[in-house]
Amino acid sequence: MRTGTVYTETVIYSAPEAFTKDVPYQTAIVSLDGGGRVTGRVEGDRVSIDDRVIEVEIRDGVPFFRKIDPASGLQ
Amino acid sequence: MAVIGAGKTPFGAFADRDLRSLAVEAGERCLRNAGVSPGQVESFFLGNFAGPSFVGQNHLAPYISTALNIKDVPATRFEAACASSGSAFFHAWLEVASGVYDIVMVVGVEKMTSQPGPRVTEILAAAGDAATEMKAGSTFASLFAMIARRHMYQYGTKREHLSAVAVKNHANGALNPDAHMRKAITLEQALAGKPVADPLNLYDCSLVSDGAAAVILAPLDRASEFTAKPVRVLAVAQASDFVALDQKADITTFPAVSLAARRAYQMAGMGPKDIQFAEIHDCFTIAEIVATEDLGFVKKGEGGPYAAAGCSARTGVLPVNASGGLKAKGHPVGATGVAQLCDLVQQIRGEAGERQVPRHSIGLAQNLGGSGATCVVTILGEA
Repeated sequence: MRTGTVYTETVIYSAPEAFTKDVPYQTAIVSLDGGGRVTGRVEGDRVSIDDRVIEVEIRDGVPFFRKIDPASGLQ
Repeated sequence: MAVIGAGKTPFGAFADRDLRSLAVEAGERCLRNAGVSPGQVESFFLGNFAGPSFVGQNHLAPYISTALNIKDVPATRFEAACASSGSAFFHAWLEVASGVYDIVMVVGVEKMTSQPGPRVTEILAAAGDAATEMKAGSTFASLFAMIARRHMYQYGTKREHLSAVAVKNHANGALNPDAHMRKAITLEQALAGKPVADPLNLYDCSLVSDGAAAVILAPLDRASEFTAKPVRVLAVAQASDFVALDQKADITTFPAVSLAARRAYQMAGMGPKDIQFAEIHDCFTIAEIVATEDLGFVKKGEGGPYAAAGCSARTGVLPVNASGGLKAKGHPVGATGVAQLCDLVQQIRGEAGERQVPRHSIGLAQNLGGSGATCVVTILGEA
């Protein structure tokens, strides 16, 4: 499971045809701990810049991230 | 070199107009304005982003040139997202500069409003990276929203700064009879727009429009054969960058803008301080803020306060988007680059009516494609 830090994010309200059912949804660019950045979706709690996130799955090539609870001990 | 004529259609949502009729209207206005007959055009360039997706028509350049009665000549389409016609203009300029042809026409056109909103959003999103950004559900507004978030984080840019750009451009558009949106708005309205992609709301986004624009280029020493009012092309430069935002080291700046600007300033033998007014690619309010920084009008990070202080207002030190910009004039994407040049020509000739800027002998246009992967910067001046 890849982990990283949110570089930037947005919540989308006005979506392309294929995503209108998901609205509102959050996308983010994540700086991965292993280097490089990826564009992905955020599940669960909303995230902000500098939040720590973990990849929970890759669906159709798109990484889905979830916020790491600071109390969980994961960094 | 000179722009010897310019012409465009009004921008708007025209249910009864098709792509070709818009291009033909702009082209015919331009030919008349230049004093050029169709038979005198030696080469034809078309800027169009997504005709095949929006209206199901491909092979657009001869489709339009022949409708203008321009026969036999090379007719070529350029696609560079929202910088399609800026790029067409750059390549037309190269052709005249090379000496191969003298009288070269550039038309930009887009017919967008025949598709429903979510489909338009999808077509526009294809100017980003289809395998990563589009698959994750990104929209163009969302890409610029992420730029805005990061700009706010790094430089303290405020929500009010974004809205100041919207208020300014709407005020200018209200004075432009050809603008899509001729309605001034208050700061309160601009702040309270319907959310599109946080932190951007409806008033931060340019319009989905139909429209076309055209210019004709000729060597400066031949301009007087056609017109008494040539406008000089002082410089034009194009640069490129990554298509996907996540490939860029710093998304708060558009390196293609800085690079094209640097080349253009060098070619014109001038700097940002010599520019008297500008048409900037405000596809989103944040894009105007970032571009004013990358063009060197203001220090990096200070584009927000610059707009909010009125520096870029029609009566400010360096008027930006006196036409209303993409925000209020409208943004038929493939037409935008050439439409900006038509606006510069009108201002330089002193024919901009109520929205005429006080100093208008040197103007700059900046046309951006996608989230910064293509940029064309053009500087026009009095002949």
